[in-house]
Amino acid sequence: MHLMYFTEQPMSAYSEQAGRDFGATALMFPNTNFDPVAGSRLYNEYIEQYMLAEEVGIDGIMLNEHHNAPFCMQAKANIFAAILAGMTKKAKIVMLGNPLPLAENPVRLAEELAMIDMISKGRLVSGFVRGGGQEQLATGVNPAFNRERFEEAHDLVVKAWTQPGPFRYEGTHYQHRVVNPWAVPLQKPYPRVWIPGVISKETIVWAAQQRYPYIALNTSIEQTKKIWELYDSVAAGVGYVGGPENRGYLIQVHISDNEEKAIENARQFRWMQGEFTGLAHPVWSTPSGYGSPTNRRAFVEFAAGRAINPRGNTSFEQQMADLRIIAGTPKTVVAKLKRILEETRPGILALWGNDGRVSQADSLTCIKLMGTEVFPAIREIAKSLDLKSPFEANAPVHLKYSTDLAPARAAAAAE
Amino acid sequence: MAGVSWTDTTMEAAGIKLHVSRAGKGRPVLVLHHETGTLDRLPFYDALAAKFDVLVPHHPGYSRSQRPEWMRHPRDIAVIYRGLLSELKLSNAVLVGLGFGGWIAAEMASMAPADLSRLVLVGAMGIKPPQGDILDLAITGYVDYARAGFHDQKAFDRVYGAEPSVDQLEMWDICREMSFRIAWKPYMYSQTLPHLLGAVRAPSLVVWGDHDAVVPQSAGKRYVEALPNARMEIVKNSGHCVDMEQPETLAKLIVDFIGRE
Repeated sequence: MHLMYFTEQPMSAYSEQAGRDFGATALMFPNTNFDPVAGSRLYNEYIEQYMLAEEVGIDGIMLNEHHNAPFCMQAKANIFAAILAGMTKKAKIVMLGNPLPLAENPVRLAEELAMIDMISKGRLVSGFVRGGGQEQLATGVNPAFNRERFEEAHDLVVKAWTQPGPFRYEGTHYQHRVVNPWAVPLQKPYPRVWIPGVISKETIVWAAQQRYPYIALNTSIEQTKKIWELYDSVAAGVGYVGGPENRGYLIQVHISDNEEKAIENARQFRWMQGEFTGLAHPVWSTPSGYGSPTNRRAFVEFAAGRAINPRGNTSFEQQMADLRIIAGTPKTVVAKLKRILEETRPGILALWGNDGRVSQADSLTCIKLMGTEVFPAIREIAKSLDLKSPFEANAPVHLKYSTDLAPARAAAAAE
Repeated sequence: MAGVSWTDTTMEAAGIKLHVSRAGKGRPVLVLHHETGTLDRLPFYDALAAKFDVLVPHHPGYSRSQRPEWMRHPRDIAVIYRGLLSELKLSNAVLVGLGFGGWIAAEMASMAPADLSRLVLVGAMGIKPPQGDILDLAITGYVDYARAGFHDQKAFDRVYGAEPSVDQLEMWDICREMSFRIAWKPYMYSQTLPHLLGAVRAPSLVVWGDHDAVVPQSAGKRYVEALPNARMEIVKNSGHCVDMEQPETLAKLIVDFIGRE
């Protein structure tokens, strides 16, 4: 079991009333509401949180990236990854992940990640995401080619990492005269790639085809089971058996030394006016061409205010009841997490510990209890359930490095 | 309009299947629709068809026409339509471009200046407005965007209904996706087009609604400067979609303009 700490790095130091008056704060909420003095303090508090996470024995620090978003201060995940590469010693730096379609130059991204891998002495896990719809708008990237760019940028990054240079690359969205980065990853064949996601079936299928672990982001137990059903069926199709080493799960869990305080702080998981990852107008979060065509009708109805969010939007109480938000002392938290582990069998687990306006003192308490009480108990449970991480299972980094493919399929996969 | 009988066919140009509505007799007039696609029938189309041989193709990737995955620029559509006209053996057609369709019409005019009798651009996109910006589809809701094309919201209600159907919303989303695919950056204009219009000798009419909230009027003035033989007409009490808000006025302007030798 690989156990991680995550925070969205909220930029919560703005007037709540100003946010509510404005409405959808992701993308267009004026940055005159961004206070760099508070920003400086918060960035350094997040570094303090990560350093404590390593100190209390947490396996991995999960990082992500958003743009124009009060709910997430990381405008470039590679910056924090680089900081942690130099400051930490043991924890894996798990980027979930770099939004590939936003890259105008994936070769440069490959260089940056290779540098992070070398500086961290091989502790990088290089996850990739498509980026939310508002990310495309914030960076001027065409949402209609999001998935094409995601797949092509991925292929180019991996090629830059694994194929000796110099070579020329002529793709549909990317063209490079000379690919010959003088920075290559320390980990061979290349750093592990994990793929987080929320709703798109296409991403689950793609991850399974690559044999990359898929990290379900705060999905309900039932949704998570359906994800693994799909992942496993694709895995069987390409010749391997999906297992815990292919499954990751991120869940909002706030831990405190008393139940009431834990629940009060956990309410901050809904701080973005009740939304899951910040509030964006649906036209911005799902620009035309960004989503799956099968969801088109549902999304236009939602965007026009005639239907509920196809991604779902439930109350705090319902989220607590569904175990999508867990809060309590280590004892109650472990009991609830046990149920999730038993039902969904992940080999990677990330706890999203603190959000919104939870104080730094309470955040640090949460991390300390996570590392010293919750995770040791989870490790024992994982052992009894045989939930191995990709590291423990020594899983291949990509399908093409598999040595265990079903014979009938092996030839096809090697093509 | 009584007496106008439309035929709808699927035609092929450069391997792309295009939905084309056609009606009327006389001089060929190619009408190019907005980035929001088009309804099958509109009073404006009927008014023109009473006088001319009117063709209304649905742009590739819009409304009822197939989406070519390879397409990357409105100029590609202009080339397809040049192919369509030659396929139909129609020479010296009149081009009437509405909004985004105006951009395509201007590109077509620049490509074959000798094969053009009249150019009509109505609230045309395609040129960077010297003042102001073209309204951004990407950050505007479906209904809000469509309504922004009308000065009088009752005119919108007459065309689309006060609450457009889900089918209509879905169609707007499909059209929007195609606009992103071909006109994302720079958004809704070409940096080279104004420099390519100098060879167009055909008389050109640039029409703008006096309350256009989608394409600033300054873009119209820039078109008039770039086209050697152009003049501007402002239609009163109209937003961007002059064809839907003031169909009779626009049709009369065009009929008079075409009729004048």
